[in-house]
Amino acid sequence: MSVTTKTGQPAVYNDSVVRWFAITSVIYGVVGMLVGVIIAAQLTWPELNMGIEWITYGRLRPLHTNAVIFAFGGSVLFATSYYVVQRTCHTPLFSNALAWFTFIGWNIVIISAVITLPMGLTQSKEYAELIWPVDLLIAVVWVAYAIVFFGTVGIRKVKHIYVANWFFGAYIIAVALLHIFNNIQLPTSLTHSYSAYAGVQDAMMQWWYGHNAVGFFLTAAFLGMMYYFIPKQAERPVYSYRLSIVHFWALIFTYMWAGPHHLHYTALPDWTQSVGMVFSLILLAPSWGGMINGIMTLSGAWHKLRDDPILRFLIVSLSFYGMSTFEGPMMSIKTVNALSHYTDWTVGHVHSGALGWVGLVSMGSLYYLIPRLFGQKKMYSVPAIELHFWIATIGIVLYIAAMWIAGVMQGLMWRSVNPDGSLTYTFVESVKATFPFYVIRLLGGLLYLSGMVVMLWNVVMTARQGRAINAPVVAVNPAHA
Amino acid sequence: MDILYLLIPVSIVLVFVIIGVFWWALQSGQFDNIEREGERVLKGD
Repeated sequence: MSVTTKTGQPAVYNDSVVRWFAITSVIYGVVGMLVGVIIAAQLTWPELNMGIEWITYGRLRPLHTNAVIFAFGGSVLFATSYYVVQRTCHTPLFSNALAWFTFIGWNIVIISAVITLPMGLTQSKEYAELIWPVDLLIAVVWVAYAIVFFGTVGIRKVKHIYVANWFFGAYIIAVALLHIFNNIQLPTSLTHSYSAYAGVQDAMMQWWYGHNAVGFFLTAAFLGMMYYFIPKQAERPVYSYRLSIVHFWALIFTYMWAGPHHLHYTALPDWTQSVGMVFSLILLAPSWGGMINGIMTLSGAWHKLRDDPILRFLIVSLSFYGMSTFEGPMMSIKTVNALSHYTDWTVGHVHSGALGWVGLVSMGSLYYLIPRLFGQKKMYSVPAIELHFWIATIGIVLYIAAMWIAGVMQGLMWRSVNPDGSLTYTFVESVKATFPFYVIRLLGGLLYLSGMVVMLWNVVMTARQGRAINAPVVAVNPAHA
Repeated sequence: MDILYLLIPVSIVLVFVIIGVFWWALQSGQFDNIEREGERVLKGD
């Protein structure tokens, strides 16, 4: 049954903005991962910056992180949250104009990052490098995003708010709060500013922001995606809807306090570090609640994994989510952190979450989404999805295994002392010993990037084969209203 | 650690906001008959 507008036309979902965000996310994914591969190569062979200041590691690294997290991840989240909130609320977006404003605004932010970061314009805060005028634009876009999203929830045609929307809603509110407090700056010029906080105070604010950006941007929001796209692709309801609600509330109550684990053994007071560690350990429970719930959604339908590569993307992403949310609390334990901190183990941990969880769940969801946005039943090439799955998975395994070994080795070399108390190894000896692992990491990254290029080709072919359509709004079955 | 005079109140206010939203969800019947809601998402949208 369809729904009509006031003028008698059949009402349609605003899938145009979803389509634009979805397509740009794939392009940004390729670009962001390419920059990642370039800096991985620079770490292996430093001469590769060719003495050009704009492409030195220190400038390209923030470009890589901003491109993959905010350009790729952010665009996937805009696309999927707009798609999911319309479907589960049985209504078009609250405001098409504001939705388009978020698309244009977000892309101006991305273009600004591409220009300013290689120029060396930064406020020197990890994952919050962008200079203050760009920060202001982000804040405005985010407010518009919140109005569109919560406005759509507000005009929903069903009483119940589907669990995915709770996760998306929490992410939108939390990111607004984190972004504003961490970016309070005193501008001295158009491109330069000083943080309102100094020294360790600033560090604490930064990692309150940094860790919760991981918690809400890269976890809660992607769990929202998981709770829609896994049931849809598997054609099974969430394993335990009750558990999804319990772990949602547990997650958002506890996440805010884990940030200090980024500052173990620093000038931060000891007790603050311990509080951060304890909350990080507690987080294991709600994290695994989501992982188990997602994977168990397949119970009784495991055979679908055999021939559905999209489902395989989604389920393997949850395995990586489970793995990195076990590894994270473990690394937050101070004695473990004494070994792992400042080593490549941290880099491996981040990428097991980023490539394994965020990347794979995004790709799986986009493979579900894109054919539907172009009036197709499936992607242009299903074997290409299969190929993408395998090269991405092998790439991740090479990447994280190399970084685990390199990280533990570095930690052990740095702490090793001779009987007379002097250090056994100089720092440069640990760098030299890491070289083969940097080569393996580069290979893993190249594989992961190749998978993304295959995806871009598949997406372009699907778009060319189909045509852009906006799906009609589905009326709510009265028995379920 | 002056920053904690900002971060702890912000976090505590947030916790109260979350409790408020949770209370609203409970009172407005968001959790009534919840397993049915998991099925609905599969029924055509």
